[in-house]
Amino acid sequence: MTSILTNLFDGVAYGMLLFVLACGLAVTLGLMNFVNLAHGAFAMAGGYVCMVLVNRMGWPFFAALPLAFVSSAAIGILLERTLYRHLYTRSHLDQVLFTIGLTFMSVAAVDYIQGSSRVFINLPAALQGQFDVFGVGIGRYRLMIIVICGLLTIGLQMVLARTRFGSRLRAAVDDPRAASGLGINVPQVFAFTFAFGCGLAGLGGALSAEILGLDPYFPLKFMIYFLIVVTVGGSSSITGPFLASLLLGIGDVAGKYYVPKMGPFVIYTMMIVILIWRPNGLFGRTAAR
Amino acid sequence: MSASSDVGYHAQRQARWHYGEVAFWLVVLACGFAFPTRYLIMTDILRLALFTMSLDLILGYAGIVSLGHAAFFGVGAYAAGLLALHGIVKEPVLALIVAGLAAMVLGFATSFLVIRGVDLTRLMVTLGIALLLEALAERFSNITGGTDGLQGIEMQPIFGEIPFDMFGKAGFFYSLAVLFLLFLFARRVVHSPFGLSLRAIKNNPLRAAAIGIPVNRRLIAIYTLAAFYAGIAGALFTQTTAIASLDVFAFERSADLMLVLVIGGTGYLYGGLIGAVIFRMLQEFFSTITPQYWQFWIGLVLVVIVLVGRQRLHRWVLYVPNLIIKQVAGRKAVVAVPESDS
Repeated sequence: MTSILTNLFDGVAYGMLLFVLACGLAVTLGLMNFVNLAHGAFAMAGGYVCMVLVNRMGWPFFAALPLAFVSSAAIGILLERTLYRHLYTRSHLDQVLFTIGLTFMSVAAVDYIQGSSRVFINLPAALQGQFDVFGVGIGRYRLMIIVICGLLTIGLQMVLARTRFGSRLRAAVDDPRAASGLGINVPQVFAFTFAFGCGLAGLGGALSAEILGLDPYFPLKFMIYFLIVVTVGGSSSITGPFLASLLLGIGDVAGKYYVPKMGPFVIYTMMIVILIWRPNGLFGRTAAR
Repeated sequence: MSASSDVGYHAQRQARWHYGEVAFWLVVLACGFAFPTRYLIMTDILRLALFTMSLDLILGYAGIVSLGHAAFFGVGAYAAGLLALHGIVKEPVLALIVAGLAAMVLGFATSFLVIRGVDLTRLMVTLGIALLLEALAERFSNITGGTDGLQGIEMQPIFGEIPFDMFGKAGFFYSLAVLFLLFLFARRVVHSPFGLSLRAIKNNPLRAAAIGIPVNRRLIAIYTLAAFYAGIAGALFTQTTAIASLDVFAFERSADLMLVLVIGGTGYLYGGLIGAVIFRMLQEFFSTITPQYWQFWIGLVLVVIVLVGRQRLHRWVLYVPNLIIKQVAGRKAVVAVPESDS
């Protein structure tokens, strides 16, 4: 019984992490209809920035996290303004090729700068180890992830639903022409959203170094997970990808624990079945955009 | 002239062999005799060309975007490896066909998943299938040899007559023959009414359905055929290198394949062949500069190609050849400019 609860807890932490990593992609892919396979590269950038700050410069872990966010967002907005912008109207094939190219470049560049081995971020002592609650082992680090990611999710939902920026974004996505006719600066809204999504990915990358492992092949290894979250979750709201991440996280942890021999088999099968059953995602709109 | 006979006239004229095409194949054959020390790399290029042609059939002609074409390559490779290793089918040509058929069966089975949904779903499903097969191959390591791959494959002589030599000469001409035969068939297919209907589907599936083309059945057919081609390419890989390892399923293989096709140009069969030559030369060039980081430059090439625009690039590349051809054979004989794809 307790092992089930511990697994559930780990799965939720894993799922929350996936959500923070992938929710930027949910916006670019789901809302802006841009296939960004290089999303993992932004996460990796954040992770490496955090690693360098903490391990080499002796920054405290919690001070390095915001910087991971800021640096990934900065890279994101730079690339958006210079490169991505030109590709919004191009075919999916072009977008796929372009972002695969970027991913290859990021992998080789990080390999060149930091070496190809896995890196670890030195965690403060307060985050290490685990404690028991009614016999259920709770990892401190995972608890922190759940808290941070939970707050972020609630914050995101509030921003999207309640603020002026949120309604502008929803308007820009629903009908860019009408939105710009109403005086909304659509490219600016998209650029800002893109940068914010990249920043979140960077934060997720910094947080995930401990759990998922951080090495130059991160963007390729986890690309499929991000895509699963978005395609399975659908794009109509932020709750879809959130539930999909939780499902994926719990499914993956449980699959690895109970049927270790099947490995990633469970996840891929689940994804294909869901996509066949509901091509627009579990929580997606019924009509194709 | 009535409209239908007009269409037929143009279709037939397109399907005729040009001098340029004959010259192309003669040059390829001549390479086999001109560079006797380079058989291994040339065989590699031929294999890649066949594999790319397979992707071109579904992407360039039918408009199905696939990120997991390596799945069929891998199935062909392992099938050929297992057949040779356990001595089930000893004769290479027969084993090649059996391996191709194995991939074809998989292609047929998965085509039902692929024809559903839009581009994005297709990308995900094809990628998922390739990853699934990779995970399966890793899981059943007692059959596939796991991460070590299949080892100790010994190839029997072709037709029981021509043995594979260590310089790869037999392998090269064997691959060339296979490629040429499959090319002839693909050429016949894409210029047939069937091939024309595929282009109609690619341009506008709804309209194609409205004029009476059974869209789904055509897509299933071409996807299955492309799987057969990819399986043959994979089997050639195993037969000429005598190894099959897990990386035949790797995502990088599918991604590189896209690059090869894009370099060569989608929607005309020579695109794959030309792309394979250029890609391998680029790869050799980059890996002599930076042995470890050639992937960076390959990525850069992709980004630049997309930013410049594929059509514009192909116009530049074909500018000089077309100029020469115009001088020699007149205005009509211009090399096919790749079709635009939306």
